[in-house]
Amino acid sequence: MIKVMSLAIRNLLRYKRRTLLTGLLIAVGVLAVIVFTGLSGSFKRAIVGQITDSVLSHLQVHKKGYMASIDNLPLDRMIPEKPYNKLSGILSDTRGVAGFSPRIKFGAMLSNFAQTTNVRLNGIDPEKELTAVPLLPSRIKDPKDPDVLLAPGQVLLPEILAKGMGVGTGDTVVLVANNRDGSVNGMTFEVAGVVESLMGPGGRDGYLHIDDAAALLRMETIEISEVAVRVTDFDALTDVAGRINQVLSPMVTPKGQPVFEVHTWQQLTPFYNVVRMIDLMTLGIKIILIAVVLISVLNVMIMSVYERVKEIGTLAAMGTQPSRIMALFVAEGFCLGLAGAVAGAVLGTGALWILNLTGVEVAFGGAGQVFELAPSVAPGEVLSACVIVLLVSVIASLQPAAKAAALEPVDALRHV
Amino acid sequence: MDIVTFENVSKTYRSGETTVTALGDVSLKIPRGMFTAFVGPSGSGKTTALNLIGCLDQPTRGTVTVAGQAIGSMNRRQSAAFRGKHLGFVFQDFNLLPVLTVHENVEYPLLMIQDLSKAQRKPAVEKVLTAVGMADQAGKYPAQLSGGQKQRVAVARALVGNPALVLADEPTANLDGATAQKVIDLMKRMRDEFGITFIFSTHDPRIMDQADAFFHMEDGRLKDDAATGGAS
Ligand SMILES: Nc1ncnc2c1ncn2[C@@H]1O[C@H](COP(=O)(O)OP(=O)(O)OP(=O)(O)O)[C@@H](O)[C@H]1O
Ligand SMILES: [Mg+2]
Repeated sequence: MIKVMSLAIRNLLRYKRRTLLTGLLIAVGVLAVIVFTGLSGSFKRAIVGQITDSVLSHLQVHKKGYMASIDNLPLDRMIPEKPYNKLSGILSDTRGVAGFSPRIKFGAMLSNFAQTTNVRLNGIDPEKELTAVPLLPSRIKDPKDPDVLLAPGQVLLPEILAKGMGVGTGDTVVLVANNRDGSVNGMTFEVAGVVESLMGPGGRDGYLHIDDAAALLRMETIEISEVAVRVTDFDALTDVAGRINQVLSPMVTPKGQPVFEVHTWQQLTPFYNVVRMIDLMTLGIKIILIAVVLISVLNVMIMSVYERVKEIGTLAAMGTQPSRIMALFVAEGFCLGLAGAVAGAVLGTGALWILNLTGVEVAFGGAGQVFELAPSVAPGEVLSACVIVLLVSVIASLQPAAKAAALEPVDALRHV
Repeated sequence: MDIVTFENVSKTYRSGETTVTALGDVSLKIPRGMFTAFVGPSGSGKTTALNLIGCLDQPTRGTVTVAGQAIGSMNRRQSAAFRGKHLGFVFQDFNLLPVLTVHENVEYPLLMIQDLSKAQRKPAVEKVLTAVGMADQAGKYPAQLSGGQKQRVAVARALVGNPALVLADEPTANLDGATAQKVIDLMKRMRDEFGITFIFSTHDPRIMDQADAFFHMEDGRLKDDAATGGAS
């Protein structure tokens, strides 16, 4: 095996320029795959992390039918107190749930005593909310008290509204809301901070205390619009969602309708399509890599065999077994692929390392959101790119190698 | 005991409509240890005969026996194994591997065909390289050698596996007269030293005279039915 490899390497080095160029081509392909996977992976992590850690959380439970009209923030599809308590017990007992937070979502009129506008609001229990979306405080600009997210009597206003109406932290505003029956109620609040906008559903909502929300909506008993649930292990999200579903789905109304519906973040935000698109592009780049390796190795190996017909005839005449001649040429393709893959892996991880040092900023979305990317690539990804290259190199060498092995020594020796 | 026998051997080539008879009903015997030449004009069938002896080709009719083995009955793998074990080859164009040094070229059959260990290979290679007088050039590459030196390395490579028979198709055709003579002398000496049968082809009359026996070929037939000239 070693002797076959060593002869193969010598034969590769014989055509230095050709080997170098082909190896370089493969290396550039591997480099492109690694850099792209690194960048796209970190971009994916950044947006998904931002959305799930500060707005949506990982999954949400609603009363059945709520999602269908979520844009209206319907007040007639709420989870009443008793089922909520049951749900809360179930979530506390479910393995893999890190925390959950009940929310009352509703639309209201916001007034600064001069102007009035519409605002979407979340009534939250600040402590519970932080277990579901730990990064929410990072979005609060100019907080009244950095240690207290939100106290009763306070409101966190979305950035665009605050700016448009010229209100800031410490100002007093009035919130007026219609409850489910259509009766109107208004209360004054102190602005405790301004929430930075984020693309996507829920990214431009304000926040107030859940008790205030219940009071404003004149609820006799508490009713919940949604429960945001965070899991301990993001990669196990599907499992946890499945477990929750399993417990919730047998709960039905007297009419036989399910009481709850469960959605993971993928179903809650259109950014999931962006993520899928990125995955698709990564796949596309890998396919291009395969094509590059296949064509370049095949080309080099066909030339190698053609140029060395007489030499192959000599080896065969002396008694070299056809299988060994085949192995010699496959080894040549393998070594070419190996050299390119190793060079590409080194260049690729090096390039990512440099990108990490300089930092990559990507502006994303209309809100001028800037993500600071920390591109990194899992060792498994680098390995998989290398394995692809090696496999394709061997596959590309098979046909030329088989041709070499099938040469009749008499004919090959007469070849000029 | 004869190392090579031909019994009514014919070899025809088809090229489109016409068939060329390269060998026509040839019968011959070559005893072990002989220094034998096939001579004759171009196209007379020398290479064809040597290819049959070398198990590189199969006769159209008749039987070729080499070292007791009928060559028509072997498949590709078997004939490769047979060549590797019993035969050595010297080519007109030397056919050394350019990427290997002199030592490695001679080592190749032991390494890649007979799969011997390093401890077995080293003394064998050194022995034949010394015998052909190339031991001091062992580290050079073929491109750094003269034609005569290359052919001496090629002879060493043919001998290293200790074959019963060495075949050389026009081994001196690319060498000048004096160098050719030296290579022939070398092969004769090797025959004497290792007791190996040499069979070669040539159309150089000066070389011809050096053979113990020769077969004179013309149009695919043996011209002289006595089959052996010279000694024997
Ligand atoms: N593969 C082949 N296909 C067709 N004809 C062939 C083939 N090989 C040899 N011949 C023909 O067979 C005849 C004998 O050829 P061979 O090569 O044995 O002659 P030779 O004595 O070795 O000649 P030279 O001295 O030129 O090498 C020639 O007429 C040649 O054209
Ligand atoms: Mg010839």
